[in-house]
Amino acid sequence: MKNSRRTFIKLAGIAAAGLAVAPRKVLASGGQEPVKVNATAVHAKHWAMVVDTTKLHTAEAIDKLAAVCHHIHNVPKIEGKKEVKWLWHDTYAHSFPEQENPHLAEEVHERVFPLLCNHCENPPCVRVCPTKATFQRPDGIVAMDYHRCIGCRYCMAGCPYGSRSFNWGEPRLNLDLANLNPEFPTRMRGVVEKCNFCVERLAVGKMPACVEASEGAMHFGDLKDPDSEVRKVLREKFTIRRKPSAGTEPSVYYII
Amino acid sequence: MHNGFAIVAGLVIFFAMLTAPFALGTMTKQYKEPELKLPKNEKECIESTEWMRNNHMQLLNEWRDWALRDGKRTYTNHKGKEFTISLQNTCMKCHESKADFCDKCHNDAGVSPYCWDCHVQPEGLK
Ligand code: SF4
Ligand code: SF4
Ligand code: SF4
Repeated sequence: MKNSRRTFIKLAGIAAAGLAVAPRKVLASGGQEPVKVNATAVHAKHWAMVVDTTKLHTAEAIDKLAAVCHHIHNVPKIEGKKEVKWLWHDTYAHSFPEQENPHLAEEVHERVFPLLCNHCENPPCVRVCPTKATFQRPDGIVAMDYHRCIGCRYCMAGCPYGSRSFNWGEPRLNLDLANLNPEFPTRMRGVVEKCNFCVERLAVGKMPACVEASEGAMHFGDLKDPDSEVRKVLREKFTIRRKPSAGTEPSVYYII
Repeated sequence: MHNGFAIVAGLVIFFAMLTAPFALGTMTKQYKEPELKLPKNEKECIESTEWMRNNHMQLLNEWRDWALRDGKRTYTNHKGKEFTISLQNTCMKCHESKADFCDKCHNDAGVSPYCWDCHVQPEGLK
């Protein structure tokens, strides 16, 4: 066959016809992907949480929620400095150091507060992560891709809230292996982890586990939707966020 | 030729060593595909067996990014059937044993993927 433009175009046509019968995967590289969002997923422009600390302010109650979170996410139990935590509690002074005043209502001062990753609108952890293992999803959730984390811990230095934990040792050594959640992975040694706003539950239409277990003391919804439940409580109640001067714009609000 | 014998002898030894793995390989037993334990209740994988054999690693790599980074967790195969993207909860629901399925080929091929450093195998962790 003579090597002309005409024969080239003919061959290209045959090749293109071949593509049409190949598995869809081949097309994936062309930008068209054989994947979509779960039909049952819940969506928001920006997910946010409001914690009602008039209802939820004892260590026992918060620890109960932490136990639920830590169980479903296979978070290892370690005491001391090498602790791994997604949800925990602390005092007013530690939670809201800039909003302390010497004459604060005693009752408020005595409360303890549930703390977790704030899924900041302007997250320094994302900015400093060299591998983009920490990234912000379009719905505002600051997620982690443990496959890419190299354990440099820049994000821990960047987070002003201590929301991240480093796995100093093999996490599985500190898990009750007979009582794992088989639906969710564990982590490996040398990666950082934190609360993920329960993305795996949102993907199947469920609310975060702590919100569900809080018996109405936590609200979750779309901050950008003026009719959402979180906007309704934010309109009605006085709320504060942690460390406003850090400029991170937390998506977790506290009713005081 | 000066030093002819030494050069020829050297070349013979060199080629013998070079081809030794091939010669020894044909003398020893043939590589046999390991016997895998296939799912009891399913006849077909999400794509054809042939395709999965060649491409499962790329597919899992793409699944991981689609699910985790793009938030897209439903995969449509080339026959139009939908599956939830999940190694632990979709793949391993059919392939009920890592030891009887994954490990069989991986051990023979000397490949140790680090999926299981985090993902929980169906037989549980010990
Ligand atoms: S420890 Fe991991 S997540 Fe944190 S900055 Fe380093 S690579 Fe990113
Ligand atoms: S609380 Fe810390 S870890 Fe969470 S998004 Fe904000 S800066 Fe990042
Ligand atoms: S939102 Fe989910 S991951 Fe975050 S603290 Fe609550 S239960 Fe844990």
